[in-house]
Amino acid sequence: MTDQLFQFLISGITVGSVYALVGLGFTIIYNASDVVNFAQGEFVMIGAMSAIFLYRAGVPYPFALAAAVLITMAVGMLLEKLAIEPAKNASVVTTIIITIGASIFLRGAALLIWGKDIYGLPPFTKDVPISIGNATLLPQNLYVMGGTALAVLAVRYFFDKTITGKAILACSCNRKAASLVGINVNRMLLIAYGISALLGAIAGILVTPITYTSYDSGVMLGLKGFCAAILGGMGSSMGAVAGGLLLGVIESLGAGIISSGYKDAIAFVVILAVLFIRPSGLLGSADAERV
Amino acid sequence: MKRLAGFYILAAVLIATGLIFPDSYYVTVVGVTICTNAVLAVSLNLLMGYAGQISLGHAAFFGLGAYASAVLTTKYGINPWLAMLAGVGISGTLAFILARPILKLKGHYLAMATLGMGIIIHIFFVQADWITGGPDGLSGIPEITIAGLAINNDIRWYWVFGGLMLFTTWISLNIVDSRPGRALAAVHGSEVAAQMTGVDTASVKAQIFVVSAVIASVAGSLFAHQQAFVSPESFSFFFSIELVTMVVLGGLASTFGAIFGAVLLSILPEFLLVFEDFEVLIYGAILMIIMIFLPEGLFVSGSRIVTGWLKKREMSTQ
Amino acid sequence: MYKSVRMIMAFAAALLLCSTYTASAGDTLKIGSFLAVTGPASFLGDPELKTLQMYIDDINSKGGIDGTKIDFIHYDTKAKAKDAKNFVNRLIKKDRVDVIIGGSTSGNTIAVMDLVEKAHVPLISLAGSVKIIEPVKKWIFKTPHTDRMAAAKIFEDIKARGFNKVALITGNGGFDKSGRAQCLALAPKYGLVIVADEKYGNSDTDMTTQITKIRSTDAEVIVNFGFGKAPAIVTKNIRQLGVKLPLYQSHGVASKKFIELAGEAAEGVRLPAAGLIVADKLPDTDPQKRVLLAYKNAYEAKYGPVSTFGGHAYDALFITVNAVRSAGSTDRAKIRDEIEKTKGFVGTGGIFNMSPSDHLGLGLDSFHMVEIKNGDWVLVN
Repeated sequence: MTDQLFQFLISGITVGSVYALVGLGFTIIYNASDVVNFAQGEFVMIGAMSAIFLYRAGVPYPFALAAAVLITMAVGMLLEKLAIEPAKNASVVTTIIITIGASIFLRGAALLIWGKDIYGLPPFTKDVPISIGNATLLPQNLYVMGGTALAVLAVRYFFDKTITGKAILACSCNRKAASLVGINVNRMLLIAYGISALLGAIAGILVTPITYTSYDSGVMLGLKGFCAAILGGMGSSMGAVAGGLLLGVIESLGAGIISSGYKDAIAFVVILAVLFIRPSGLLGSADAERV
Repeated sequence: MKRLAGFYILAAVLIATGLIFPDSYYVTVVGVTICTNAVLAVSLNLLMGYAGQISLGHAAFFGLGAYASAVLTTKYGINPWLAMLAGVGISGTLAFILARPILKLKGHYLAMATLGMGIIIHIFFVQADWITGGPDGLSGIPEITIAGLAINNDIRWYWVFGGLMLFTTWISLNIVDSRPGRALAAVHGSEVAAQMTGVDTASVKAQIFVVSAVIASVAGSLFAHQQAFVSPESFSFFFSIELVTMVVLGGLASTFGAIFGAVLLSILPEFLLVFEDFEVLIYGAILMIIMIFLPEGLFVSGSRIVTGWLKKREMSTQ
Repeated sequence: MYKSVRMIMAFAAALLLCSTYTASAGDTLKIGSFLAVTGPASFLGDPELKTLQMYIDDINSKGGIDGTKIDFIHYDTKAKAKDAKNFVNRLIKKDRVDVIIGGSTSGNTIAVMDLVEKAHVPLISLAGSVKIIEPVKKWIFKTPHTDRMAAAKIFEDIKARGFNKVALITGNGGFDKSGRAQCLALAPKYGLVIVADEKYGNSDTDMTTQITKIRSTDAEVIVNFGFGKAPAIVTKNIRQLGVKLPLYQSHGVASKKFIELAGEAAEGVRLPAAGLIVADKLPDTDPQKRVLLAYKNAYEAKYGPVSTFGGHAYDALFITVNAVRSAGSTDRAKIRDEIEKTKGFVGTGGIFNMSPSDHLGLGLDSFHMVEIKNGDWVLVN
């Protein structure tokens, strides 16, 4: 049983790492602009799909991956410039619909450019299973976990230590005050969207060798990432990471111990229970009511 | 009289189209879809527009009604009207139980909770195949009779759904204008302020949640009989999101806005068909463009622009 | 209030505009189709649509069916039942078609069956479920093998290899669920015991948890019913966990894409499949060989790798064409009667012999058990 549990945990953390990265992307954009970006899952898909097609076109693997990340960042920044910035004064629900529209649009574009087929990426190193006791994992599982950890640390460093990072946080606290002290708010928003897209692309690239991808695979990941961000507490970046990992582990344990058919339902029951007890998520701060 | 002017016109348009084009595909098929969506959008708008409570799980109540009718009539041979009542009972009770804890949540957390509720119910439809028929759904749902008249062709269904839409619109307009309705508006504006003036916001919100769930459930029951078939993906979270889109696209807190949004999003795919592979792309682009340039919704922003323009003209002619 | 009045009037005007009547043509055969060309089942609908378009163009360029040209109208359901229903309504009421081919998925087909029965339009489905033809419905036919046949073929092979204990793992789609139901129902007949019954969501990205559970049972073989990327993930996860049990997939993965995705992990996987994927390996005496190669070459010359799903559309189209030819008219009832009389039609799925009690007309022998070896299909004898 303990061996089984260990295997469930490996599976849960691998899947959860992706949720964590997507959730972190949600949080960064939410913090910078108060927008819940429902096109976040599309970044994962675009990252993966562009890497696949560059690689298939003969670009050396590492370059294909790097270029795919850059392409996704450009898409993220374009999204901010063309769809979010012009709608600056829109209400929260309106921006939600805009990002939903954007996600449909990006999916439609992916469909036209890359078609409907399912694709995979080769693993970063040879696919020889590693055994730990009775549990097994692939090197790629380790890349997913390690890559996620690195990305999360880099994001923390960026927001805690660099001037730009702090400036973005300042925008999220008070946009007017930030612009008064000379911060270029629009540029900061652009950077925030770029970072968020970057995280999505990294998630896509890390996980596609295991999970495959197609033009419509961003939807589910976006949804799960949103769950991660909410579970952790909207606005808390470490909360999103914790929420993502937790969600992955709950799904895996739910499937392993209770019922695989109802595993997603189990995960949502847990989320609902958490929200009923802590209405602002695990690490979220209860914000004051606007009167 | 003036308060209900829009309602009378809506009724007139509905009846006229039904009488003039009883055979048109756009009336009997698209028209029925429009009316169904309009009922759902108007009921959701009560919750979102007036009570200010976002819900990403409205399709679940629609589905509960549909499945209650489908299961009870096909598996147990129960009278369709009793089955519909059972659906109302199930949806209403569930909404009542969930209302307090769920509506205590704010903003995105509320969105998440309603989304979760919707998905859990959807998973039940898919997985509990011994009762719901699983992803293949249930077919052979019998037709209903209203006052001895069998609803067995498309135009009759058009009248049924048209009637339900008018009824829902009428209820919505009256709720908005009633005492609890004004309390609702207060809730949307500022909850604390509303509480200060002695409005029990929690109970008003809960009541509206139940009302909107019940309306969706009735629509679901009729939908099941009209389609003679139900399957889970008609009630997925994608449909919940589509409903929210209808409400916001038309204009929050406007009953006619919700109807307008429902009409637009039901007709749009029919027209986009000719674009084939470009359909998805164009659909997304249209959503974005409308919301960027008319952030308060087509109907609300649109009518504001029209009135502004008319006023200007009046001024210049005087 | 008059602002809302204006908007409503505009809507009414719009409705008037779209109600312009479309006249139905005289001397053509109108074939309508509703297929899942995009969405989760696009790998079914896409080759199906391409096949229909290719052969209809071909028939028309050669002067039609004895002079009757084919007018082809197509809608994409994205595998949504509600859309399927609306589009079939549109095909019947607006386009007034003579024959309907589709839908790609069982859910889409089942959703429209009552409607089609009432409208008296012959429909040939391209979906797998046995529910489509059992009990027999007067106007409804289908060309793909049923999920029951697939389960039976797999169980036959399992029995022949001397195994008794089966672990089942299936997705949450219609194809998966109905395949699972057929497996559970048929197992006792073959003396097999289902020792595990695991499930996953079709958009899930990792199934190691379910397979870990299977590993802890005394299962001797694993059977996976599903399509899309999930079966490929299942296959990889099984090998990753070092589970050595023989793995059976369903006919849902009978395309080269599956081998490409699962890579080395696919080696040794067995599945029941129609003759198309092993066309060049069939003996020359096989009556299907000529038809299969002709279809395969024609399709691959135009669109790239062929899949058995497109073959179902080929069969449906030519059963229709033959029926129209022998009916000598485009009358719906006459076409229906002739479809039901289809005898000895050599299609890609097998040799069809329909009857009033069998609206598919394929036997279990039309399935071949194949194994994946060195990245290619090999016939199992």
